[in-house]
Amino acid sequence: MSDAAAAHHGLPGEYEAPLFGAYSKKVGMWLFLASDSLTFGALLFAFSYNRIYTVPWPTPFHAESIANATVMTACLLSSSLTMVLGVFAAQRGDRAWTRNWLLATMAFGTAFIVLHGMEWTKLIGEGLTVPGFMTVLGVSNSGATGELADISKNVPQFAQAFFGLTAMHMLHVTIGVIYLGVIAFRKWFLPVLGVIWIAAAFLIPSGNVFHYPVNILGGGLILAAIILFLKPKDYDAHDVEVCGLYWHFVDLVWMFIFPLVYLMSTKV
Amino acid sequence: MHDVAHDDSKGQYFWVWGALLVLTAVEVWLGYKQIFEPVHMLEILLILSIIKSALIIGYFMHLKFEKALMRWMLVISVTACFIIMYFFFFPDADRILRLGVK
Repeated sequence: MSDAAAAHHGLPGEYEAPLFGAYSKKVGMWLFLASDSLTFGALLFAFSYNRIYTVPWPTPFHAESIANATVMTACLLSSSLTMVLGVFAAQRGDRAWTRNWLLATMAFGTAFIVLHGMEWTKLIGEGLTVPGFMTVLGVSNSGATGELADISKNVPQFAQAFFGLTAMHMLHVTIGVIYLGVIAFRKWFLPVLGVIWIAAAFLIPSGNVFHYPVNILGGGLILAAIILFLKPKDYDAHDVEVCGLYWHFVDLVWMFIFPLVYLMSTKV
Repeated sequence: MHDVAHDDSKGQYFWVWGALLVLTAVEVWLGYKQIFEPVHMLEILLILSIIKSALIIGYFMHLKFEKALMRWMLVISVTACFIIMYFFFFPDADRILRLGVK
């Protein structure tokens, strides 16, 4: 949207036309995404380097894992479509449909997180671990045997690269869902997030890898509450569009993780 | 504001979504068939991923509809950074490939 020029009334010297023809929030988000792309770029480069350098590279993902990851990919792609429709609804001033589409986007994002979490739990249960790190998280399965346990012992860089990259992405998706919730429902989202956090903290057993990381939701709740307290506002079409940029970026990153991490480590 | 024009052509976003799903299906098919050696497979998957990311950035993120200055500045700066990363990461990996490791 090149609408920042709308504030330009032609009075000499009063306003300077925006360099990029876009409002500052959008330029700010683009710059953040450019820097974040370098974070993921470095991780993906490191993964690819490991992939080329390590011979033989493990291929622990079989048909079931690939089917699961394909559904996750479809969820993210569909969430991008619903996000675009949400932006259109916001630009039309249709608040009800804006919320509906953002809610649909959140649902797809949550489905992605749940599917990913289930897959992580399964892989760790079968012996794929990062030595040391999993002990910190309270996950101990030193007695596990089989293909994945062997990979953890013989090619530890596989598990490190896999969990490092996918954890970073999952964190971004989680932040994205919270961001969407705040934009769609403002302060009304806070009690919902609080209930989800407390329920998840009680329901996830202590031996599960997500037992401690689920408290990220609590951190998100506090941060969202501070933001809403400091700047209470009714989020407009610009805010929805900026939030959409972040969400599409999360989708974009997965378009590299899915083929490089999953499809390059497949044995069907 | 030219967003109203975007709203009129909402159908193109469904086409982009469909194209992304089809490209994903092609990737999965290649993953199942494994007709290429790993290094060639990596190249092909990277090309498909770059096409998919271009569709997402261009259409879903609306970069295609932004001012040319913003478009080119973002694309050139990020691409330049990735090229610099390449110089750091890959010379040794290229050496390994030249030694014949598949």
